Amino acid sequence: MSAPRMPDETGVPEPFQYMHPTMKENYGKWAWHDRPRPGVLHHVAQSGDEIWTVKFGTQRQMDTATITKICDIADEFADGFFRFTMRSNVEMMVADQSKVDPLIAKLGEEGFPVGGTGNSVSMISHTQGWLHCDIPGTDASGVVKAMMDLLHEDFIKEDMPNRVHITTSCCQINCGGQGDIAINIQHTKPPKINHELVANACERPTVVARCPVAAIRPAMVDGRPSLEVDEKKCICCGACFPPCPPMQINDSEHSKLAIWIGGNHSNARSKPSFQKLVAAGIPNNPPRWPEAGSIVKKILATYKEDAKGWERINDWVERIGWPRFFELTGLPFTKYHVDNWRGARHSLNSSTHIRF
Amino acid sequence: MGKEMHPTPMLDQLEDGPWPSFITGIKRLAKKNDMMVDLLGQLEHSYETRKGYWKGGTVGVIGYGGGVIPRFSEIASAFPESKEFHTIRIQPPAGMHYDSAVMRKLCDVWDEFGSGLIAFHGQSGDIMFQGITSDNVQPAFDVINEMGFDMGGAGPAVRTGMSCVGSARCEQSCCDEQEILRSLVNNFLDDMHRPALPYKMKFKVSGCPNDCMNAIERADFAVIGTWRDDIKVDQDAIKAFIADKGRDYVANNVISRCPTNAIALNEDDTVTIENRNCVRCMHCINVMTKGLSVGDDTGITILIGGKRTLKIGDLMGTVVVPFMKVDTEEGIEKVVELAEEVIDFFAENALEHERTGEMIERIGLVNFLEGVGVDVDPNMVAEPRQSSYFRGDGWDEAAKEWYANKAERAS
Ligand code: SF4
Ligand code: SF4
Ligand code: SF4
Ligand code: SF4
Repeated sequence: MSAPRMPDETGVPEPFQYMHPTMKENYGKWAWHDRPRPGVLHHVAQSGDEIWTVKFGTQRQMDTATITKICDIADEFADGFFRFTMRSNVEMMVADQSKVDPLIAKLGEEGFPVGGTGNSVSMISHTQGWLHCDIPGTDASGVVKAMMDLLHEDFIKEDMPNRVHITTSCCQINCGGQGDIAINIQHTKPPKINHELVANACERPTVVARCPVAAIRPAMVDGRPSLEVDEKKCICCGACFPPCPPMQINDSEHSKLAIWIGGNHSNARSKPSFQKLVAAGIPNNPPRWPEAGSIVKKILATYKEDAKGWERINDWVERIGWPRFFELTGLPFTKYHVDNWRGARHSLNSSTHIRF
Repeated sequence: MGKEMHPTPMLDQLEDGPWPSFITGIKRLAKKNDMMVDLLGQLEHSYETRKGYWKGGTVGVIGYGGGVIPRFSEIASAFPESKEFHTIRIQPPAGMHYDSAVMRKLCDVWDEFGSGLIAFHGQSGDIMFQGITSDNVQPAFDVINEMGFDMGGAGPAVRTGMSCVGSARCEQSCCDEQEILRSLVNNFLDDMHRPALPYKMKFKVSGCPNDCMNAIERADFAVIGTWRDDIKVDQDAIKAFIADKGRDYVANNVISRCPTNAIALNEDDTVTIENRNCVRCMHCINVMTKGLSVGDDTGITILIGGKRTLKIGDLMGTVVVPFMKVDTEEGIEKVVELAEEVIDFFAENALEHERTGEMIERIGLVNFLEGVGVDVDPNMVAEPRQSSYFRGDGWDEAAKEWYANKAERAS
């Protein structure tokens, strides 16, 4: 037998081989940009070279026929080049302005929404879910598809006060990241332990160490080593499930959705901020998650109506205050909104700053 | 091939509506690939029961200890063709640039060996080639690898990184994001491909403080472009902007939104910026993209320790290097050296399954800084300590050190 092939450990590929020539020639030498219409960016280099970027949404989980279609469009209009944004939008660049409108028309024909620029609602950042992850409480692809159908108009227009980034996460590890709005799984019952499996499969010290509130301890069940959960302590976070599949946290009724707002990654105006809980107990209701969708729509409509220009969702709530946010959106404020995790005191109001 | 489709009444409802449908795509694949027929069956079952049915396992390629995400179906008896449905994580070119020729080849590989379903991209930035049997993983990877693409990270390892489009098209860029990302990640390929760190370690590079890559909130090692000199002002372009949008617009959307009141509007429709108090937030530059632009004395800020929820709650990165020049090879080399210090310290001091930020939270920033050989700097704190519970018997030496370092920096 011949020696096995060892990998070429080449790391991150060099990007210039795949970069549009105008971008390559003006690398690091751009002067300014504007947005001639939603979905289109126009960049001007110090050399005077210009490039138009047409941005469009995709389903992220793409079949090869869809990718091939994107390649065909790139070959016809954009010299074969394109790039992805981290929200799975495609950006196709053309150096010739006269190609912009035909490209947009073609994308429209092929069913790709053009938008996601400026003060729009961009594509929802997307996790894996039932399609592929081993721990999910919901299906990210389905949630994203259902939401983006609802938010299509907000994607193709630029009429939000500032840009809106939405994320999803199908477990409380939250690999979807921070968002102006985040739609995340929130479990409401402790894991049910499958003792049969623990005896065979589990590395007990690992899972005991994984619990953020030390609610898991080794125990003997039916004369065999297993685990038990102190259900009074358990915060139903699901952190024990990835290392220990017998810790069955996902539940078809009790794994709910929660919505968080005000996560902002940018340093513009205020410092970056983390998202805050606004709604929980929302049914995890495939295939279209209508209850979560209507709350997101309501928050967006209120933001659009009430925020001033360039306020992101966190800036807006900072100005109007949380009581007014709950009043305007009609969402209930409950004891669960009051933080009790470490550092929670910083989230309490220790002043007489109260709006009446 | 040609297996009959399972009924999928729930998934079918995801084919309606204006947004492109992943279900329609998967159905297209199912016409030529039985694996996708059963995948749809399993997914429909998940939708019905609101549960996932994948479990992990061990699948890999020769020479590497990670990068393949094994998925075995727990309900393979009902859906045998998608019994094995693994993912191969592949690192994209920095900045996620592609041309159609390479993309078509990647599609051909995945049609031949896998399911035909590819995600651009995963949350860490990988190309996710989803759906392949155990036997096909090695031959598929071999072809992809020979095209010049390498495996991404998984498990307790350096993970695939991301950099923004930056210099390639964005005038706000203050550094060569793609070069910095490649220098960092490519220096740690051993830590990526043979996972042996306490937990994951992520690099992200954003060319300016807009931080399009969410580096501060999500990367253990965040590199953010910035500048030290003055914002460049093109007063004619400002006047034109005001003529177009009106003074009120500029007053309400630019001037009053500056977090440090550093920008003022003058009688003659020009602006004056007090650069000493500008915190490089980008807001005014984002609004007046032609009139204002970043300075010329550019460099980076490095923040360490960002991460998501597990285990102690979300953490943002903390400033560890307020400013550093990176416009030469030596400059970038210095960033890589710091990353080596950080990863060495992390490998030795973090507990199992602890991220960098959690380690810093546990041991304190000062211990971390001493461990990686970085001096304290007031830019690292939002404010000095409030608690009087500290032991200050090394104060005099610390003060002396501060003055000595200051003198050294000045010379
Ligand atoms: S959010 Fe959780 S369940 Fe969803 S893909 Fe990420 S790790 Fe898996
Ligand atoms: S769900 Fe979370 S809190 Fe409850 S036992 Fe598991 S790890 Fe601990
Ligand atoms: S982070 Fe800054 S430089 Fe990079 S793409 Fe965003 S705005 Fe441009
Ligand atoms: S960049 Fe930000 S801090 Fe600096 S002047 Fe502009 S708005 Fe003010």
